[in-house]
Amino acid sequence: MSTEPRQSEGPHNGLFVNGLSKSYGPVQVLADASFEVRPGEVVALLGENGAGKSTVSNIIAGSTKPDAGTIIWRGKPYSPANPAAAIEAGVGMIHQELKLLPDLSVAENVYVGRLPMRGGRIDRATMNAKASAQLKRLGLDVSPERKVRTLRVAAQQQVEIAKALTLNAELLILDEPTAALGGEETELLFQQIRKLKAEGMSFIYISHRLDEIAQIADRVVVMRDGRIVARHERADIPMRTVVEQMVGRSVERMFPKLSPPGDKTLLEVENLSSPERSFNNVSFSVKSGEILGIAGLIGAGRTELVRAIAGADPISSGAVRVAGQPISLSGPAAAIKAGVVLVPEDRKDQGVVLEQTIGENLAIGNFDHVAPNGWVFPKAVQRFAEAGISRLGVKGRPNQAVSKLSGGNQQKVIIAKWVSRPPKVFILDEPTRGIDVGARAAIYDVIADLARSGMAVVVVSSDLEEVLGLSHRVLVLSRGRQRGILDRDEASNVAVMELATS
Amino acid sequence: MAVSNETSELKAGTGAAQAASGAKLSALFAGTMGPLIGLALLCLALALTTDTFLTFRNILNVLDQVTVLGIMAIGMTLVILIGGIDLSVGSVLALASMVMGYVAYPDYLNLGVPVGIVAALIVAALCGLVSGLLVTVTKLPPFIATLAMMSVARGLANMITDGSQIVGFPDWFTNLSIVRHFGFLSVTVGLMVVLAIVFAIFLNYRATGRSLYAIGGSAEVARLSGIPVKSLTNWVYAVCGLLAGLAGIVLAARLDSVQPSSGVGYELDTIAAVVIGGASLSGGIGSIGGTAIGVLIIGVLRNGLNLLGVSPFVQQVVIGVVIALAVATDTWRRRRQ
Repeated sequence: MSTEPRQSEGPHNGLFVNGLSKSYGPVQVLADASFEVRPGEVVALLGENGAGKSTVSNIIAGSTKPDAGTIIWRGKPYSPANPAAAIEAGVGMIHQELKLLPDLSVAENVYVGRLPMRGGRIDRATMNAKASAQLKRLGLDVSPERKVRTLRVAAQQQVEIAKALTLNAELLILDEPTAALGGEETELLFQQIRKLKAEGMSFIYISHRLDEIAQIADRVVVMRDGRIVARHERADIPMRTVVEQMVGRSVERMFPKLSPPGDKTLLEVENLSSPERSFNNVSFSVKSGEILGIAGLIGAGRTELVRAIAGADPISSGAVRVAGQPISLSGPAAAIKAGVVLVPEDRKDQGVVLEQTIGENLAIGNFDHVAPNGWVFPKAVQRFAEAGISRLGVKGRPNQAVSKLSGGNQQKVIIAKWVSRPPKVFILDEPTRGIDVGARAAIYDVIADLARSGMAVVVVSSDLEEVLGLSHRVLVLSRGRQRGILDRDEASNVAVMELATS
Repeated sequence: MAVSNETSELKAGTGAAQAASGAKLSALFAGTMGPLIGLALLCLALALTTDTFLTFRNILNVLDQVTVLGIMAIGMTLVILIGGIDLSVGSVLALASMVMGYVAYPDYLNLGVPVGIVAALIVAALCGLVSGLLVTVTKLPPFIATLAMMSVARGLANMITDGSQIVGFPDWFTNLSIVRHFGFLSVTVGLMVVLAIVFAIFLNYRATGRSLYAIGGSAEVARLSGIPVKSLTNWVYAVCGLLAGLAGIVLAARLDSVQPSSGVGYELDTIAAVVIGGASLSGGIGSIGGTAIGVLIIGVLRNGLNLLGVSPFVQQVVIGVVIALAVATDTWRRRRQ
């Protein structure tokens, strides 16, 4: 393994990425990233959420422009202006959320934007025959005339790959391709990748499932906080090494010391299931002063579970009790009244009204406090906002628009909205997603303080380090099922990952 | 919008205390500097080019002429604030006025004008409520829900008298829009002004009013904050329908008649007034003060072009240009911020 950037002038005709950087406002999401992909090779890009994998992929695939850095592809400087230019140059990307037109046929999807024409009409016979040939090349037995909507996710993904093949892609970026696939489907995908690899195609393979990497990748690049932290020349490295590199800093340093939880059970969740089966029969309880972490892969049902507990989504069966009393899950208003509050996953769409002020954002949800008899007085809102701002240490003024704040401060505004009630159960979904590493520690302190003040706290995070460092206990979900609850001393990266990937 | 105004004041370096009192002053006309300047320029131009525009009598005329539009625009402001749209207001206006005529007129039910007014308002509010339910329960996009209501209400308005108009109401009723109390204020203009003030206070100082801004800003944020988004949405459409019905009654008083074909195209004038007043069609931004200015811009423009002897066809062109200009300026200003 070497952590030094490799020489960019290699002998081969593949991809050289040199010093790519990208910032969004004050947040640097990619810093000086350099790596190479040789022809006929699969390079795995590993890292936690927010490590910069998607940013670097999007730059290579032409949908994002870098602030600095260069790319050399097939011996020539390469800076695609848009995805179409990237495809023209033979670089394709298969996104995690497939980008197909569900009501068009398989063949139409493969040839969309360049439908073969004859005499001013679409030449369906040629189109279907060509699409069929590509599908066969992938070992896929699907009629080219079938509507994409009727296909399983795995088959839809292969339609995307077939599309990339007809576009003569020589480098294919696969973003979490197996997230929605079962074991057999994953194996089929791997076979296809091996076959295409033998034909000289290169792949950048992004995944969270470390066990897959050893099977499919030739080399591994590990990213963390927007930087490349390690390059491995082989893929059969110990999982532990990779996880440590992904996680990085020593766990104790960043996280506040946790106080022991109290005796009183505040939150009890019993056999909770969702109508869509995104989670099934989940049961746990959280004591006063305790922080329960919920870990799992993307799609494990973590967000769906906590949203249901906060009344945001309906449940099909089960019960939630707060301080021993069953609560109504008819809607967020009922949950808030019962003392359950949620800091949602998507800060910008679900957490704050960006164009409104800090004061207005804090007032929403607290009109019972700031508006006696329904009258909102600007002074009362101002006072309330100042109290929240100083309690949480938000860097901003009540009259300032929330859109002008950094992600960390926006998150504090959302937390400040709820702390004064005070709630009994405080749920935070991905509390530090998209937040600068430096600002995360402040959020952790806030979360530890919530617990210390006697609330039951639930933290959902895709960041393993965060879950482990912040929680008294960790509940692990995998594909909607509860795989276990680990105590702090038995919850290690490996133990959680094993449950999460089971 | 209160927000942008307050922040820009802060940016300008005024102290927090000043900003607070500034916020109070600007509450009614918050975020409407652009439209206000436009209105002032328009009035100035007309005052210079005509000798009749800037007369007391003509100003009162303008106010009389905008009452119907003004009352409807208040309801439309609420709907647009929550990120919706109501295309049915013109038809609901016609339906409400026909209901009133039918209930009140001697040849039909002969129950008297007051009963007619109550019946008309109930029907109009119900139309709005149905639109709201189509949006919240059936999950139709507001555009489609109210497009359907637009057609249904127009059809019902025609069905009541099989398409014929009803002419002639008691003098006390028509006097509501004619007699100028204290030498300047007709009851209908007074009604519009009172409604504007009441709704401005509601939007600025009532928790429910502030909640509408939150819903328009982000319905999901509002819902997760415990705001009853669905029921408020239903209420907003019902109130918009009610005010359209009230506008229909005002129109009946002004014309001393009701006809099922009245109010065609009014929904577009109303939306134009709200948008010229600085509201955002994506919701969360807008104010009654801004809408009042938007209504006055349209009213003054029509009046002025009439005084200048410009044909109604050219007027339509001019108003279209003004809408595009007003919104383009606003968008440009916001982007620059």
